[in-house]
Amino acid sequence: MIPELGHFALILALLLSTSQSAFSFGGAARGNAAWMAAGRSAVVGQFVFVAVAFGALAWSFVQQDFSVLYVASNSHSELPVFFRVAAVWGAHEGSLLLWSLCLAGWTLAVTAASGSLDAPFRSRVLGFLGLISIGFQLFMLATSNPFTRLMPAAAEGRDLNPLLQDFALVVHPPILYLGYVGFSVAFAFACATLLEGRLDAAWARWTRPWTLAAWLFLTIGIALGSWWAYYELGWGGWWFWDAVENASFMPWLAGTALIHSLAVTEKRGLFKSWTLLLAVSAFSLSLLGTFLVRSGVLISVHAFATDPERGIYILGFLTVVIGGALLMYAWRAPRLKSEAGFEATSRESFMLFNNALLVTALSLILLGTLYPLFMDALELGKVSVGPPYFNLVFLVPMLPLLVLLGIGMHAAWKRGLLGTMRTRLFAVAGASIGASVIIGAAAYGEVRPMTTIGFALAVWVMLSSLLVPFARLRGRQPLPAAVLGMVVAHFGIGLTTLGITGVQSFKVEKDFALGIGDGATIAGYEFKFAALRDVRGPNYVGVEADVVVSRGGEAVTVLKPQKRLYNSGGNALSEAGIEVGAARDLFAALGDDLGQGRWSFRLQYKPLIRFIWLGAILVAFGGLLAALDRRYRQRVTARLDERAASVA
Amino acid sequence: MKIAWRFLLPAVAFTILIGFFVVGLQRDPGAIPSPFIGKPAPEFFLESLGDPAWKVGTEDFAGRPWVLNVWATWCVGCREEHAALLSIARENRVPIMGLNWRDDRALALGWLEQLGNPYVSVAYDPEGGTAIDWGVYGAPETFLIDAEGRVIKKHIGPLTVETWQREFLPLLPSTGKRQ
Amino acid sequence: MTPRRKRLLAVLGILVGVGAAAALATLAFEDNLLYFYNPSQVLAGDAPEGRTFRIGGMVTQGSLKRTDGTLEVRFVVTDYQHSIPVRYEGLLPDLFREGQGMIAHGRMGEGGEFVADEVLAKHDENYMPPEVAESLHDPQPARVSE
Repeated sequence: MIPELGHFALILALLLSTSQSAFSFGGAARGNAAWMAAGRSAVVGQFVFVAVAFGALAWSFVQQDFSVLYVASNSHSELPVFFRVAAVWGAHEGSLLLWSLCLAGWTLAVTAASGSLDAPFRSRVLGFLGLISIGFQLFMLATSNPFTRLMPAAAEGRDLNPLLQDFALVVHPPILYLGYVGFSVAFAFACATLLEGRLDAAWARWTRPWTLAAWLFLTIGIALGSWWAYYELGWGGWWFWDAVENASFMPWLAGTALIHSLAVTEKRGLFKSWTLLLAVSAFSLSLLGTFLVRSGVLISVHAFATDPERGIYILGFLTVVIGGALLMYAWRAPRLKSEAGFEATSRESFMLFNNALLVTALSLILLGTLYPLFMDALELGKVSVGPPYFNLVFLVPMLPLLVLLGIGMHAAWKRGLLGTMRTRLFAVAGASIGASVIIGAAAYGEVRPMTTIGFALAVWVMLSSLLVPFARLRGRQPLPAAVLGMVVAHFGIGLTTLGITGVQSFKVEKDFALGIGDGATIAGYEFKFAALRDVRGPNYVGVEADVVVSRGGEAVTVLKPQKRLYNSGGNALSEAGIEVGAARDLFAALGDDLGQGRWSFRLQYKPLIRFIWLGAILVAFGGLLAALDRRYRQRVTARLDERAASVA
Repeated sequence: MKIAWRFLLPAVAFTILIGFFVVGLQRDPGAIPSPFIGKPAPEFFLESLGDPAWKVGTEDFAGRPWVLNVWATWCVGCREEHAALLSIARENRVPIMGLNWRDDRALALGWLEQLGNPYVSVAYDPEGGTAIDWGVYGAPETFLIDAEGRVIKKHIGPLTVETWQREFLPLLPSTGKRQ
Repeated sequence: MTPRRKRLLAVLGILVGVGAAAALATLAFEDNLLYFYNPSQVLAGDAPEGRTFRIGGMVTQGSLKRTDGTLEVRFVVTDYQHSIPVRYEGLLPDLFREGQGMIAHGRMGEGGEFVADEVLAKHDENYMPPEVAESLHDPQPARVSE
């Protein structure tokens, strides 16, 4: 009963999305207020029914209803309740439902907060959001129905992949999807602007907080994914440039460029057509990511089960949505001219460099991700592009970006003139280089060129960020949330850079064959395999090792890595033992029984790795502060004299 | 118009990209050929599932094309393809023999009774020896054997009606005769 | 600066930027493009000499052998037409299993053996080998170290 209810709710949601778009576009075109209002009501209805469908699926999981194919494929009688709910989004069909729920949620939020927009524009935004909703709901109902029945019911489920049976599954996809899907708001605003042929920059002001919100969720989502990969995959890596990871990172890069570009468009009415293109691109990359992960065109360790039929559908959807938006862009953009000038060392100039460098990095990563597909399609062989490619093409644009970041934060709009800042910045630069050499030499006993550059840039960005509130408070100037947000976010970038430099320069990873009583030393830490015992969990059995870690004779910790075997399918999983520290992580993973009483271990020393994610959290927090700035909450209608600012 | 062209660039680049994707979708990045294609089907003569005293095997279909479907009650994918198998069996184009693999006889019989039986006969392979001979790595797997007793097609994973129509039917002799 | 000059500078800047990016991409691709071959292609001589590449296929049932007490393992990878022995020293991924697909990165060593420095395993959610599923019926799961 409940699954059928869920299925029915999904059908109703599709009907409501269709009404949402039809009434919104129709009402806007005809100036019919009643229709436009109907469109807004449909938004509420759509959200309710998608939520009902989602609830029905979650209920089926909690109740262990193995007569639903999706539940039977992704759950098991011994699966803890906690994971039964998370299993809803553990595979393709359910994750689409999550996508749809997030989209319905964002649409509802936009509807609620956009009262001061002029009605036709507001309706068009909702209309475009509705089109995307239709696409996903239709996709589900046509090819990926989560409510398909299995009659008679399976006696037992196939179980949730053990890799997914982790707290991170509960949070990572929902937060990540809130980010991906959130870019649809900027996309809808851009499309509405293009459709109307608006020449002013008011839409930039409207879009900015929404984009910041989506971007901050995406930042946290990516950080969570990286952290999860680190401790769960068992091998201590935190980024692999895997196609699926790139699918989330590329929208993030576009989003970062977008929030900066929006600032320029809002403030000075410049880069209008470029910002519109970026807004379309950010969401397009989200959709592209969805396609890559589910269609089977790329082999990836993470990809969902492949199915060409689904691939064709998404491709069609992609073509319509992105193709349509780009055609509108080609049609309207030529008329968006702005001739306002700015100096070479003005804030606008730095934003321009920011965008240029970010887009360069983004394009090269996109190239690397799609290259295997191109080669295969042209029958030139099966290739994969290794991490060194991505590391290089990402690093090269990032180095100048970090340098310019430190300066650009202090640049004024329109005219350069850093003024007193100049001396301060030189001092900070000097301090950065000095600090870098000290960290390298004192903490790690080595001074290497790339490491020194990395540390120097990290300190540079952090200190330069702190200079902003320092200078403002000293000059008795106000420190609005938006500026504070910028400071915090940039400081976070510096912290992440610090972490990455530390880990990549000084990490140690080695495999060992150890018997009980044997030890191994890495980076000055002694790891001793002390004991082995059997363990049992709610749905698994396994073995656990005691690895005693000491340094210079002093006990540091006891790591307890496990090797588990899940009852449901005999899937094996290695749970690493990790000692978390501010300065370093110590990591031990248990491998296999090698015979002769020995087991294989992977032991790792990871300096400064926690700063990578701590930095990312600060970046997201900075975004939150900026999004909550008071001026976005003021009820200001799009003013006609905004247009005046855009004409030189 | 000079200016308009550069604004069309993103749309053009996107179209080229879509072109690659369309081609990419039609290729299988994980295709692995089977060793048996074109080789004689490994012979077997096993107990039938329903009656241990009765035996079934490859000789039963000598001289005509037939299908071997490897299945088990513990296999969720087999459950998924069952409706498709029933539909294909109803068409009566080729006989389908089931190979019940590493399974429990009672459970297997119960399954067929509940879900319907698309098989002309079912061979019982509890130890899995025959499956190994056929290079079976998992369930479900479906083989097409021609009238000369050679394996001409192997499908891994749940069989769908589309796959049957697109990949199996063209390989059958189109005599139009019912088997 | 006149608008015309500015426009020229902008175009120049874009060209330089794109050129630099293209150069970077070319440089980065050079050594980092990993070609993928199946055993048949490797034996036919398609794989590059003296360079690392990726080899993929199924792990032949019963071929996994460990040098007792050490990290060294040997197994055979096959595409059902041809097989190649593989040697690897280190921890195998959790999903690695005989009868399932795997991809190894490394180079051809002596005696026609592939020396891997990295092994990856992939797992198709629709398709399950029996040992995995057998434990559905069997209350005693197999030993971890088997």
